[in-house]
Amino acid sequence: MSNENIQMWTDLKIDLKSHDLLLNALGPAFQDIYLSQKNRPAGMAFYDFVVGDIHGIRVKELIQHAKNGGKVVATYCVFVPEELVWAAGGIPVGLCAGTQFSVPMAETVLPRNTCALIKSSFGFKLGRVCPYVQVSHLIVGETTCDGKKKMFEILNQYQPVYVMEVPNKKTERSRNLWHGEVLAFKDVIEKLTGNKITAENLGQAIELVNQRRLALQRLYNLRKVSPVPISGKDALLAIQVSFYDDAKRDTQMLTALCDELDKRIAAGQGVAPANAPRILISGSPMAIPNWKLHHLIESSGAVVVCEESCTGTRFFSELVKPTQSNLDEQLKAVADRYMNIHCACFTPNDERFDDVVRLAKEYQVDGVVHYNLQFCHTYANEAITMEKKLEDAGIPLLRIETDYSDEDAGQLKTRIEAFLEMIKH
Amino acid sequence: MYAGLDVGSRTIKLVTVDQGIFEDCVIETGVNPLLRCRQLIASKNYERLVVTGYGRHLVAPVLHGEVVSEIKAFALGAHCLYPDCRTVIDIGGQDSKVILLSDHGDVRKFEMNDRCAAGTGKFLEIMARTLEVDLTEMGCLALSATRQLRINSLCTVFAESEVVSLIARGAKTNDIALGLHEAIADRITGMVRRIGLQPRVVFAGGGSLNQCLVTLLKQKLDLDLTVPSSPQIVGALGATILARDGNFVVS
Repeated sequence: MSNENIQMWTDLKIDLKSHDLLLNALGPAFQDIYLSQKNRPAGMAFYDFVVGDIHGIRVKELIQHAKNGGKVVATYCVFVPEELVWAAGGIPVGLCAGTQFSVPMAETVLPRNTCALIKSSFGFKLGRVCPYVQVSHLIVGETTCDGKKKMFEILNQYQPVYVMEVPNKKTERSRNLWHGEVLAFKDVIEKLTGNKITAENLGQAIELVNQRRLALQRLYNLRKVSPVPISGKDALLAIQVSFYDDAKRDTQMLTALCDELDKRIAAGQGVAPANAPRILISGSPMAIPNWKLHHLIESSGAVVVCEESCTGTRFFSELVKPTQSNLDEQLKAVADRYMNIHCACFTPNDERFDDVVRLAKEYQVDGVVHYNLQFCHTYANEAITMEKKLEDAGIPLLRIETDYSDEDAGQLKTRIEAFLEMIKH
Repeated sequence: MYAGLDVGSRTIKLVTVDQGIFEDCVIETGVNPLLRCRQLIASKNYERLVVTGYGRHLVAPVLHGEVVSEIKAFALGAHCLYPDCRTVIDIGGQDSKVILLSDHGDVRKFEMNDRCAAGTGKFLEIMARTLEVDLTEMGCLALSATRQLRINSLCTVFAESEVVSLIARGAKTNDIALGLHEAIADRITGMVRRIGLQPRVVFAGGGSLNQCLVTLLKQKLDLDLTVPSSPQIVGALGATILARDGNFVVS
């Protein structure tokens, strides 16, 4: 670890001792899960580098940005309209919330029967082990689940949190409420940054984020091919990094990766045999470094070809409709785009079931694994209807409920292997 | 000779078949399952070995075996014993499962307990310790109960404190034991109902050695259960069948 990094973390009031433990655990895990994979695309080298220096170079960029008077806005959820942050000259970063490491810290305050994602994110702040939290000027939360909603109230005692109200229905009244929330968020961001959001800078921001979404769409489309040119783990990592990397650089890196995958496909080169079972994972998000389920599935001989989740299709499927010139129309277009995310916080949420059936066909999957974090009631309940919808469509489903710890790895492996044996027929 | 090993959390089961003659053996898993398996199989000159159970990935590479999940193994074993079997209930040491079979004995659907020990042999074992009775006597003890006590929690930790407070209130050991069996039977019944029940139902695994569980499950499911004469070896039998007949094994 460079002295420069240590100084930087000290300045950010990181708990160095604890932080060392975190980074020392991440290295070997990344080696086992990622670097041991065979036949990876060369374009993954960038993402390996990013993980290898996960709390280094990007944090340094953010600090430089702050030194120049810029603001850093941290988020946990795909509902926060990042376009507004970019437009006002801020940098949005999606925070990590995907490791067991910070869970015990969180459990000293939060109820234990809270989902791992909430505990992990809260633990990062409480334990002062995440430089991204430390460097951010504002954390923006949302009301997509009750657990998060209440956690944000407590988090606010440690660092400023602003909460956006995401409605629970998709009616006209709800859309209006959300439109109002987007306008209020614009004021918050303008006040934070001291910059006005204009038709011009918002137009550029919409274009910037749409470009990244298009690059991710391209990446996912390439995963529809058999044999699939990239592992599910690698694709997941690419999308996880998209949450906190610079959008423009990310688009470039994704484009280079996709160019390489095009060549692989032309050469008939895959990462798994053509007869490896193809799996779609649907459900709760997998925040970095949560690679648990992908790793279990792919080390059992199958390949993950799509994620219907917030760290998957829900992140990029919808673009903001590019409307010309008028700021009001642009803000409306932004609001509309986010209301088309088929999150389980909505009732009803039939569009998600339709999405999964459609994606299962498009990605030629042999089976769907429904994934929900323990205590995530919205996804756990949707799994019941999902099972029925998929049964009607003749698509096998395996329901998994788990958290970030490894204690259930044996049971999960048994279930996954049995599922793969079942769908191979 | 073909061999099937089921390396479970509590016991290791070996089944061999040589020219149509089946043999089986059950031993404790202990702290060094690999060594136990080696000893168990040392004298066997097998052509092909298939390993299932929790220790499958530990044991298979060393003994040059292939692996199969317990779920497929139990399905194959139950189908071999009872070709008309359509549902398998297996209560093992640290997991319990319900498997729905096709007419050909293929796995159509399955349910398995998640991370916690609720509804497993482990749960009964811990409770037996709390009640200071032998695990093998738990079933008989429960069948002698005179009143119904309800154990609400299925979490092993919470259930244990529930049991402790029942003891403190002067409840009788046999009544508490029945309450614990009821809790497991309810849990299993829930899994069966979720997956959809089809006769014939075979009840296997170490849990089926418990008479009280057999009785309660019959009552709750309102049908007859088939318990094989050696219910613990069904998974190992399935692995043996696969070693002999199958060409499909997940590596």
